[in-house]
Amino acid sequence: MEKVNFWQKKIDELSKDLNHKNNKYEHWEKTVLKDWISESKLKTRSGRLTYSVEDTAGTEDEMPGVYPFTRGIYPDMYNGKTWSMRMFSGFGTPEDTNTRLKYLLQHGETGLSIAFDEPTLYGIDCDDKRAEGEVGRCGVNVTTLKDMEVIFDGIPLDKVSTSMTINAPSIIIFAMFIAVAKKKGIPLNLLTGTLQADMLKEYIAQKEWVYPPEAHLRMIRDMMLFCTEKIPKWNYISVSGYHIREAGATAAQELAFTLADGFYYVDMGIKAGLKIGEFVPRISFFFDSSINFFEEIAKFRAARRIWAMVMKEKYGANDLRSLKLRFHTQTSGYTLTWQQPLNNIVRTTTEALSAALGGTQSLHTNSYDEALALPTEEAAKVALRTQQIIAEETGITDVVDPLGGSYYIEDLTKRMELEAYKYFEKIDHMGGILQAVKEGYPQKEIANSSYERQGKLETGEEIMVGVNKYREENEKPINILHINRKPELVQKKRLEEVKKSRDENKLKTCLDKLRGAMSSDNVNLVPHVINAVECYATISDIINVGREVYGEWKEPKIL
Amino acid sequence: MANGKNQKYYDKPIRILIAKPGIDGHDRGVYVLARAFRDAGMEVIYPGLLPTPESIIETAIDEDVDVIAISLLNGAHMAVFTKVMNLLKEKKANGIAVVGGGIIPDEDKSKLEKMGVTGNYGPGTSLNIIIEHIKKRAYGAREEKWGKSKKTK
Repeated sequence: MEKVNFWQKKIDELSKDLNHKNNKYEHWEKTVLKDWISESKLKTRSGRLTYSVEDTAGTEDEMPGVYPFTRGIYPDMYNGKTWSMRMFSGFGTPEDTNTRLKYLLQHGETGLSIAFDEPTLYGIDCDDKRAEGEVGRCGVNVTTLKDMEVIFDGIPLDKVSTSMTINAPSIIIFAMFIAVAKKKGIPLNLLTGTLQADMLKEYIAQKEWVYPPEAHLRMIRDMMLFCTEKIPKWNYISVSGYHIREAGATAAQELAFTLADGFYYVDMGIKAGLKIGEFVPRISFFFDSSINFFEEIAKFRAARRIWAMVMKEKYGANDLRSLKLRFHTQTSGYTLTWQQPLNNIVRTTTEALSAALGGTQSLHTNSYDEALALPTEEAAKVALRTQQIIAEETGITDVVDPLGGSYYIEDLTKRMELEAYKYFEKIDHMGGILQAVKEGYPQKEIANSSYERQGKLETGEEIMVGVNKYREENEKPINILHINRKPELVQKKRLEEVKKSRDENKLKTCLDKLRGAMSSDNVNLVPHVINAVECYATISDIINVGREVYGEWKEPKIL
Repeated sequence: MANGKNQKYYDKPIRILIAKPGIDGHDRGVYVLARAFRDAGMEVIYPGLLPTPESIIETAIDEDVDVIAISLLNGAHMAVFTKVMNLLKEKKANGIAVVGGGIIPDEDKSKLEKMGVTGNYGPGTSLNIIIEHIKKRAYGAREEKWGKSKKTK
């Protein structure tokens, strides 16, 4: 009951603030605007044509690096160090990815970011019928520990940070990573990196799951406990709004559902007996940056303010690190068009600008050909150069939060905040985000927004250049990347060899122990999964043990 | 639109199965289409994620649909559609039209048309165009099905 009051209190405060009489605007409207244009011709979302100093009320004292961190989590922001240009990549065979990672390290990269292919993301072995044609296509394929050994061959895991985009089988990939480090003799406490591992957003948006939510969430809890004790610099979760947005959510919905997920993970850590200061600082976020320029900036600012305020006021956190929301950003894939693909460079540029002006810690910019295929090297280079031009030519990094105090931005930030609090209240009322997700509530909200947006594109109320306006017939096709089937053959052959040489009895014992551990809630699964991968269990050997224990998830009806 | 002797083809709402095969959970487009088809008066069957060609055909026959609409974004369209069309023939499932959509290069579109997979619309296509095409195929499929069954009577 108290929780509901907390959200309601915020809603009341913000509503009061936003509905406050704006004398300057009203005066201007009466004396200037009315003579100029009739009201019926006004076309803006909020119904206001402009904003005034009165809309910034309550934000006057905010400064960068100071609670509630609306203006940025560091006092110097990009003046000290620009955001990390973390380009997500991974392809083909483990050998191909290893070569690529080594190339990046030689050229000064310190952070690696690995993409896995669809079979790996669903915990399907490379020799499974369902994996046909998919192996090594959208990322690198990992079926057993052997593959991870190849990927990280010759790479100093204690000197680079490794980000891995993996969710449903994250505990398995993480166990393989630890097993590789152990083989290299690297002390675990020196490992740094990030696992995406955010399962709530999988049920909400990306839909890569195996088990019912509770089972996957328990695995996240176990990784959280394991890392807090043994790998303190590891970011064991990246709470992701990106997929929620790409599935059709509005900016406010992305903000609300992502932070609600974040609060769930905080509750989970507390319930598992951890102290806020020892685990919350390792929770990081991942947002989308879409095409509505100012709305995105306001979203990022609101995210920081909400996180800081809720962590402090509701959870009683007092260490600064738990109050600071750190996030990675990726520009929107949905806004890219396959029509006139070069236009996508411009879209990505404004989206990257929003992310930079919104204070992101790292950024991935999409390539102009990604509505058609995986990017060519040339297109990926343009995407990276886009970031470099923004960071090094435009001068926007000179000043911290250059839009702070903008009448419009400050008002929009508050509106984003209000929308999010309304969702938090509603979700709490439903029994929390897990319950809401199981009932399909965020999923339905997102589907509604997506359908609404499609309707606006149909009527021309919203514009996509080259799609519903300024179309061209008979466009000349551009060069796109074609992926061959070689990775599939290489992977199948390696798996065959692994299966021949592994000790089946030892493996069976490990999997039996794992099954036992899964059946009991108060055992940490991580050491058991490490044992299994060290016996060269395949990703689906392990996934299937869980399937026996937990069963499979069937999605609630959204339609 | 409906008149005269063809009236019967238009009487019952169109039943359409929407499927997104392959290991890919990005279902935004599927939900938009499902809603649009429903709003256009069709009965929509969406069996959820990760269907196989086999399960698609099985559902289509069980649900007695007029049209199967398959969306593919992952480049596997030629393989999947070949399989679907072969299975349809194998099961002698007459009177089910197959339409495609997603990211399909121009050079593959004509090959698909020859196999009987029509539409093959890409992202950004107006929903009305898609709906009109589906109606045309659905009524065509009914004509084939009901026309034939009449002869055998």
